[in-house]
Amino acid sequence: MKIAVTSTGKAVESAIDPRFGRAPFILIVDDDCNLIEAIDNSTNVNAFRGAGIQAAKTIADRKVDMLLTGRCGPNAFTALGAAGIKVGIEQSGTIREAIERVKKNEVSFADKPNAEAHW
Amino acid sequence: MIVAVASGKGGTGKTTVATSLALVLETRSQILDCDVEEPNCHILLKPTILATDTVNLPVPSVDLEKCTLCGKCGEVCQFSAIVPIGKTVIAFPELCHGCGACSMLCPEEAIHEVPRSLGVVETGMAGSVEFVQGRIRIGEAMAPPLIRAVKTRIDSDKLAILDAPPGASCPVITTVKGADFVIMVTEPTPFGLNDLVIAVEAIQGLGIPMGVVINRSDIGDSAVKDFCHNKGLPLLMEVPHHRKIAEGYAKGAPLIESMPEYAHKFRKLTDDISMIIGTPSKGSSL
Repeated sequence: MKIAVTSTGKAVESAIDPRFGRAPFILIVDDDCNLIEAIDNSTNVNAFRGAGIQAAKTIADRKVDMLLTGRCGPNAFTALGAAGIKVGIEQSGTIREAIERVKKNEVSFADKPNAEAHW
Repeated sequence: MIVAVASGKGGTGKTTVATSLALVLETRSQILDCDVEEPNCHILLKPTILATDTVNLPVPSVDLEKCTLCGKCGEVCQFSAIVPIGKTVIAFPELCHGCGACSMLCPEEAIHEVPRSLGVVETGMAGSVEFVQGRIRIGEAMAPPLIRAVKTRIDSDKLAILDAPPGASCPVITTVKGADFVIMVTEPTPFGLNDLVIAVEAIQGLGIPMGVVINRSDIGDSAVKDFCHNKGLPLLMEVPHHRKIAEGYAKGAPLIESMPEYAHKFRKLTDDISMIIGTPSKGSSL
């Protein structure tokens, strides 16, 4: 399984960034937290609108199965849903800690957006 | 001639100036309320609305049976309003600016445009003054296309007066773009000055000549005048904080109705503007 996690840095020991569309990095890891790719999301950080949609496309294009993040707005949630990506929300700590929670079934998955649209 | 009435700060008197300017010019003027989120010229002018036209923005609708997921639509869209993702394409109509590029470039002709309602343009008469206003649909965020629709009603044979929204962002720029002159209305307070500086900075990038009207001119301080002087902005008119004006305003009466002696000042205002931009005045021959 491929998992995308929003991150403040490029390593699996980095802290999770709670924002989805505007996190500086998105890390793609496998079930055992081996780093597959660290995506530089800096062009999206300053996007006027649609940052979440673009981030959703970025990870969908990499055939990711699951996203772990803090908050997810309505447009990003729609886009992730269209791509069949499960959205684990309210994540904090390091990327490695979040992957451990997935293994222990401690992650809650969103059935609706948990943030307002960013205007 | 097209004259826009703008201000950084809200509540400075844009509508007061715009409506009285229109009223003194009578049949030779046309007023267009471009503050589509909260149009209010109608309160002072009490027009009879003769026509209401819905304004739509064309947004994409995708026929997924024809779509091959080539991705061209998503590449060309600057606003993430159409996104090929997974095995589908989704459109976000509220992000779409209606440019039409996605439907034009789709090689499979899988995208057609459907109308999304933005609001209405109402036209009518306020006495002898031609009246136009935009009114945005509740919940709609996209004001500029509706403002452009209001501006298609400009009659260039008249003096078209555009009442702009306050501020210095897209709706203001959309309103003043293409105008021959911008009247900046302000008040001589730190608040008036602060927002005037911002608005002047935003509008001067368009290269449109500007002048300043100071409302409630006998309150506050001289900082606005100093700013105008340093910037070379002509001070066009001062309107004092007069009890009769305030009483009239409170009843929804135009300034030149509560203070008829101001009619000649508004006529002179159009003469002065004509002189600044170098076109024959439509106001002086009254």
